[in-house]
Amino acid sequence: MLVIQAIVEGILVGGFYALMGAGLTLVFGVMDIVNFAQGALVVFAAYLSYTIQSHLGWDPFISLIVTGPAMFALGFAIYYLLIKPIKTDRVVMALLTMFAVATLLEGVMDLIFKSGLVQIQASYVNNSFVVFGVTIQLIYLLSFLFSAFLLGCLGLILYRTRFGRSLRASMQNPVAARLVGIDTDRVSAITLGIGVGLSAAGGMMFGLTNSFNAASSYDLISRLLVIVILGGFGSIGGALVAAIMMLVIQDVVAVVWSPVWGSTVFYATLVVVLLVRPQGLFGRKGVRAQ
Amino acid sequence: MTSTTFQSTELPRSAYELPKTVRFSSLAVVLVFFAIFPLLFTNPTVSSVGVWAMVFVMCVSGWNIFSGYTGYIALGHAVFYGVGQYATALLMLHMNITPGWPSFILIPISGVIAAIFAIPIGWMLLRVRKHTFIVLTIAMMFIFQLLAYNWSSITQGSTGLQPAQPLWAGDTFNNPFYYVAFAGAILAILTSWIVRRSKFGLNLLAIRDDEDRARSLGINTARSKLIAFVISAVFLGFAGSVYALFVGQVFPQFAFDPSFDVSLTVMAFAGGIGTIAGPAIGALVVSSAQQYFYITYGGQNVFLIVYGILFIALLRLLPGGVVPAIAGRWRNFVSSRSNVRDPHHDEPPPTADVAHVATGAEGGSN
Repeated sequence: MLVIQAIVEGILVGGFYALMGAGLTLVFGVMDIVNFAQGALVVFAAYLSYTIQSHLGWDPFISLIVTGPAMFALGFAIYYLLIKPIKTDRVVMALLTMFAVATLLEGVMDLIFKSGLVQIQASYVNNSFVVFGVTIQLIYLLSFLFSAFLLGCLGLILYRTRFGRSLRASMQNPVAARLVGIDTDRVSAITLGIGVGLSAAGGMMFGLTNSFNAASSYDLISRLLVIVILGGFGSIGGALVAAIMMLVIQDVVAVVWSPVWGSTVFYATLVVVLLVRPQGLFGRKGVRAQ
Repeated sequence: MTSTTFQSTELPRSAYELPKTVRFSSLAVVLVFFAIFPLLFTNPTVSSVGVWAMVFVMCVSGWNIFSGYTGYIALGHAVFYGVGQYATALLMLHMNITPGWPSFILIPISGVIAAIFAIPIGWMLLRVRKHTFIVLTIAMMFIFQLLAYNWSSITQGSTGLQPAQPLWAGDTFNNPFYYVAFAGAILAILTSWIVRRSKFGLNLLAIRDDEDRARSLGINTARSKLIAFVISAVFLGFAGSVYALFVGQVFPQFAFDPSFDVSLTVMAFAGGIGTIAGPAIGALVVSSAQQYFYITYGGQNVFLIVYGILFIALLRLLPGGVVPAIAGRWRNFVSSRSNVRDPHHDEPPPTADVAHVATGAEGGSN
């Protein structure tokens, strides 16, 4: 029973990890950029929701009306200010730039919010109900449904809109995309905006389900990177499968063995999988893989 | 890549360099200064800054032998720093080694242990390239941190290990550590210099510029990368050992610390990644500044902010580092005085593309 409980919880939590991972993998797919700052941005968004909730009393889900566009604008600005000017060796320079952004953000958050752990409060955080003997935390279910909704919206944007088509074109072949008249700079900026904007939702749910401080960003980004690498860089479906798989594995190990080994197994799985399949579970070998 | 094919228009190498006597005497002055540093500055606060500066020179120069020369940016070398710390602390506690001078024998031993760890880790990680490699090194660092936290039968978990410290007088306590770290730093720079001048070093640079081509030219890239990885790990192991002996406390979060990796990278980029003197100078300047911030403001957050801004500025303005930029200016100055058309005039200094991680034929194509 405990194992089933762990599996259900793993799937539900995996949903919103997939959402945060989707932002990362999408940015990578379009720009070849590993957004190392995603973890710090998620925590930053969590702090924004936390501040709005504790000062204005807004429900965290409603605070997204403010934090979502704010994070989108931040991503957009990061592209034009920091990523676009990079001339040589974009892949590694962009990664290091985002690494620097993450360091800067962590310092700023630590300075403003201090290092004490906080958690976003809402009246329903501790509610739960029982289905077939499995206890389900309401907040996990809500996060899962909301993540699924946002991922669905993302899918619609990608596959049913003109912008989505130009985005996918930039993903497949940026040079050809430019040749047929796609403004790849604009597409890249909007993509980074979307990727960072998704972290607003991810951060809000992360803050609801975990107590966090500025240093949480390291743990978060390494988990997200594991998910994205396993799923294959650039593959949103892969990120979804990998997120759920990893969280289920972690939760089951925590129940069967010991909670302290759950996260170790999480990272160890990455090493094992990459020894067998260096391009990740769903990554294509060749053009984009590595 | 920036060096021109028409070597004939370039001035001979000696024309750019200062006379031999000037170079050697200035090097000697620098060495003597650092050799008597703790005798000049007897304040323990200042000499501890010196110890940390030397530890970081050792780390960054060692890191540079792998990451600088091959272009594979490793953001997880804290693994070997931590392994060195734990190796020293555990040996101190279990082998009944007298604190003080005899315990310094643990420094080379910890280096060897770090190398033993580096062989399988390097073999695994070096199967992938570019960003996947960077990300895997980070993941490896977290695996070790979690192991240190959770394998409490060996590591004592978050309680940490407290190896005994020598009972030396407070005002000269730092000096032996300073000289040990100084020797390690010299060794790291010497190794870096020897590697850079050797055929092996050329193999590494070829990997940095174009790994696939290097392979097709018959370089055993996998072996070269692994050897460089292990060499760099040894110095991190030495440094970790010095840390454990000097601080007398080993905790998982400081042994395997992500911000340590940030420090290494920022220092290397500040000085000039892939050069011999650059990383050492970067480490000296940045780590002293870091210690200053730490002593003045206490908390870590101010220096994280400074680091972030400094790193962004460096990547934007001087991706090749400060030392190569000055060297480039100097070359231009000499060329303009000798009225010979300088092939480098409109180009960045040759080392400016050092950060180039050309690990495959396809680069960032967009």
